Amino acid sequence: MKTVISRSQVKGDFVSKVAEISGENFFNCYQCGNCSAGCPSVDEMDLLPSQVVRYLQLGLEDEVKNCKSMWVCAACMMCHARCPKGVDISKIMEALRVLRLREVGAEGHIDVTDFSDDYLARAPQIAMISGYRKFLPL
Amino acid sequence: MKYPYFPGCTLYTKAKKLDDAGRECSLKLGFELEELKDWTCCGATFPLVNDQHITMSGPTRILADTKDQGNDKLVTLCSVCFNVLKRTNHVMLNDEERRAKITDFIERDYHGEVEVLHYLQLLRDEIGFDVLKEKVVKPLEGLKVACYYGCLLLRPVKEIGLDSMEDPTIFEDFIRALGGEPIEFPYKVECCGAFQAVYSMDTATRCSRDILRSAKNCGADVVITTCPLCQFNLDDRQPEIQKSDPGFSSIPVVYFTQLLALALGLSAEDLGFERNLIDPLPLLQEKGIIA
Repeated sequence: MKTVISRSQVKGDFVSKVAEISGENFFNCYQCGNCSAGCPSVDEMDLLPSQVVRYLQLGLEDEVKNCKSMWVCAACMMCHARCPKGVDISKIMEALRVLRLREVGAEGHIDVTDFSDDYLARAPQIAMISGYRKFLPL
Repeated sequence: MKYPYFPGCTLYTKAKKLDDAGRECSLKLGFELEELKDWTCCGATFPLVNDQHITMSGPTRILADTKDQGNDKLVTLCSVCFNVLKRTNHVMLNDEERRAKITDFIERDYHGEVEVLHYLQLLRDEIGFDVLKEKVVKPLEGLKVACYYGCLLLRPVKEIGLDSMEDPTIFEDFIRALGGEPIEFPYKVECCGAFQAVYSMDTATRCSRDILRSAKNCGADVVITTCPLCQFNLDDRQPEIQKSDPGFSSIPVVYFTQLLALALGLSAEDLGFERNLIDPLPLLQEKGIIA
């Protein structure tokens, strides 16, 4: 498959916004892959954490915007802890999530009624609150 | 000696046993956890993007209340509350622009004056593990303990600063003080899947499986944690793990304050072990820690 890379995409609004609100400079990453090696969620990801950063470097907005990876990131910060260049991918994943969540608006977030009574009786509140703040319904 | 204490939502309900045992033990150790007045939820997530200030207003208000109630320290038991409050305080101390935005919005004067401490840190730095050791009446002899740190107690290390990120020892030192035997296992700082428990259950199950397998393979009898979300994932996921891996044998996952309470001579009946899915009582009886 041919991938077209353009200057306008690399400097595009979406990529710039992700950089701005995450506070991360994608170009610090030299693709060593330490983040992907240590990430606990890679089994469920479509793009590896290092690939998400690579795609952002190349301005591949659509691929990144629609990736599943941002939703299965557990924000455990292992990627950041092990990055030799200090890139915090948990912030980049969060930026991708919140841009989508803001598009949808608060009504579209996960709701407490999405869970069974049995599950609500067992699961701690911190899981529910985090879920509400981070996810759209499945 | 009194320490201001922030319990947090989950410790009032689902993780009551983490809270009860922590408070009881403090009295045995000669200090008191004095609950902060009029506290609210910390928000359970620290905002990871720079333009989201509203979710920091809750934790900032908690910190400002702590200061206004005449305190310079705040103790937590829950790793999530600890992480959120500690990181918020880091912003209040170091980021003038964000601090101004948030404190203007909540109309409070706060500049990061409060030191956020985890209970384990309090035991290590203010009480001392040597003093703790002397107070133990029922040593956890022969109990092999996997000290599971997870993420939020340690990371990001520059802001949390509790211990080393890759090879922390505070939890192991704590267990040694109680007379137990901490085991080394490679997954002690890995993630349990955290809030993926409400979204990608497969992630939470697999992460929990890897951690528990690693602990068992290294000889652990029991796993301990400081976090209600880790306790939930590691305990609650075990029936599911067994379905996909029939060779997997279950292992109890308890709060560190529950083992602390046993070692300090409190009765197991008051420690809420009945809420554990994988019952730790048979193990504790077998090891002669409880009758």
